[in-house]
Amino acid sequence: MRLHLDNFTKCFDGTPVIEGLNLTVEDGEMLALLGPSGCGKSTTLLSICGIYRADGGRILFGDRDVSALPSQRRNVGVVFQNYALYPHLTVEENIAFPLTVQKKRTDKAEVARQVREIAELIHIEALLSRRPAQLSGGQQQRVALARALVRKPDVLLLDEPLANLDAKLRLEMRSEIRRLQLETGITAILVTHDQVEAMSMCDRVAIMDKGEILQIDSPTEMYRAPANRFVAGFLGNPPITFLDGQTAQEGRFAMAEGLTLPLPAHLRNMPAGRPIALGLRPEHFGHGGAGQASGRVTFVEPQGREMLFDVQAAPGVTLRSIQPTRDDVAIGDEVTWSIDADRMLAFDADGRRL
Amino acid sequence: MTRNFALFPLMVVIILVSLPLMTMYGFLILDTFTDAPPGELWPDEFTLRHWRFLWDMSAAGNVWMATLNTAVLALSMVAVVVPVSSLAGYAISRLNLPYRRFFLAGILVMHAFPAVTLLIGVFFVLKFTGLYNTMIGVILVKGALMLPFGIWIMKGFYDAVPWEIEMAGVQDGASRLTVFWRLIVPQVKPGLVALSVFAFLDGWGEYLLPRVLAPGSEMTVMSVLLNQLIAGDDIGFDFNLFKTVGVFYTLPVIALFVIFQNRLMTIFGGGTKG
Repeated sequence: MRLHLDNFTKCFDGTPVIEGLNLTVEDGEMLALLGPSGCGKSTTLLSICGIYRADGGRILFGDRDVSALPSQRRNVGVVFQNYALYPHLTVEENIAFPLTVQKKRTDKAEVARQVREIAELIHIEALLSRRPAQLSGGQQQRVALARALVRKPDVLLLDEPLANLDAKLRLEMRSEIRRLQLETGITAILVTHDQVEAMSMCDRVAIMDKGEILQIDSPTEMYRAPANRFVAGFLGNPPITFLDGQTAQEGRFAMAEGLTLPLPAHLRNMPAGRPIALGLRPEHFGHGGAGQASGRVTFVEPQGREMLFDVQAAPGVTLRSIQPTRDDVAIGDEVTWSIDADRMLAFDADGRRL
Repeated sequence: MTRNFALFPLMVVIILVSLPLMTMYGFLILDTFTDAPPGELWPDEFTLRHWRFLWDMSAAGNVWMATLNTAVLALSMVAVVVPVSSLAGYAISRLNLPYRRFFLAGILVMHAFPAVTLLIGVFFVLKFTGLYNTMIGVILVKGALMLPFGIWIMKGFYDAVPWEIEMAGVQDGASRLTVFWRLIVPQVKPGLVALSVFAFLDGWGEYLLPRVLAPGSEMTVMSVLLNQLIAGDDIGFDFNLFKTVGVFYTLPVIALFVIFQNRLMTIFGGGTKG
């Protein structure tokens, strides 16, 4: 079901934390709300599911305005960060709980059938008689998912669902949640501060900061063309390097520290003396291109398949490069590597991308 | 091995320190079944004479009536304190009540307040309302005095239940009441059990309130009866009878402790997170 936030506003103690937010999640789409802690993403989520009341604007499920409805009547499935399983009930009873509290009684056999069906979908049939305390983190996560989905909700909300899992399980559950979402075709919102999660699991990503959505786009498009400096800095691991300087003569860019680079092609005829910032991603340094920078390697971080290098190109200016593992460069070596100037991102003084 | 040896001196100290206590308890039990010659410590004959009060009402007054009264008082404490505390504790812990902080502070103050100082005021109130010299009056007063403790304890248990469980319940379509009854109460069951036992024991052991507020003979509880046994006359004072009635009075307490000792510990362990 299509979800639409129309001019949504939420205040705490009279101070607006989110003001006039507009957001549309298409039917069957999975959207990530991505942002640093305190950016308002969880507030938005809790308002959609009805735990917080909106202080202004409308929340629409399809054409139905649910802003005034209590949580119980919104038909939203939520997976909480700590799963919030009911510790005194078995897995089966946990999953059946949403069905047993419904106004119109479902008979026992039907409840059991639906529980079994969802358990099979999520691969937890073998766990039905256990209690939450006897499950691993990943299994608890699956049970929480099953409980959220058993009612066939209009919207599925995931609040940092992978934050409590270890790295390997996180990878596994990432694809598992996405598989379920695609199989059930449910509209889903994922709240996370982990850019990898957001980009790998979702159709579109909405980046939030200070209660505002800065950009909504597909993960690849957002990575390639971030709307502003914040988005560019938030996406990408290892992160982008920002170089603050000015435009110079002949389509070049110069920093007060002494480093000069060619400007990206579309900015070559900018007049000189404008303050701008260039964003250089580590995969565009040392992989060919028109620009060049030389300096001393100050740090090497082997990551197995790749290696991360910090190169001091000028006093106080450290460029980062990621390259396939090589052992001919060590800390202290002087290197001259190319910079793919045309793929650098440029931002004006206000942080907007040029 | 070394662990045991390290504990050995400690055990000796503990045994030495508690020896007088253990001796007293030992003789308390022993004296109820035996007689010793005057001035002697060790008994020389076995007798059930001291337990005669169980069937001979002239020995220590109507013990069974007093037991019944005590049980009524103790069970009423459970019936009053546990339901009210479990609801009030939830409200204080979870609901956005007006004057919540004031209530909290009030409960703490009431909890620390010495109840004896209220006795005269309570006496007048009961006189005025016609509840003086009734068991109901004692139950109401005793219950009210115990509620701050009960509410505070239950609040601690509710505080320990994660918010998300409640949110998840509401999301799953359950009403606040269903969530409370089916999801939250089962989480605080240890608290309810412990509080029930405490309320019972508190009612069972209460002396002052029934003594002052319900002095009528048909309202006599065990503690008052026991007191009358020594206060009555000090010439024909029967030491062993007094001890025996005392043991009889203590038996339910010991039984409860044996059954619930682990549950009672939870009050001091996990339950009192402010």
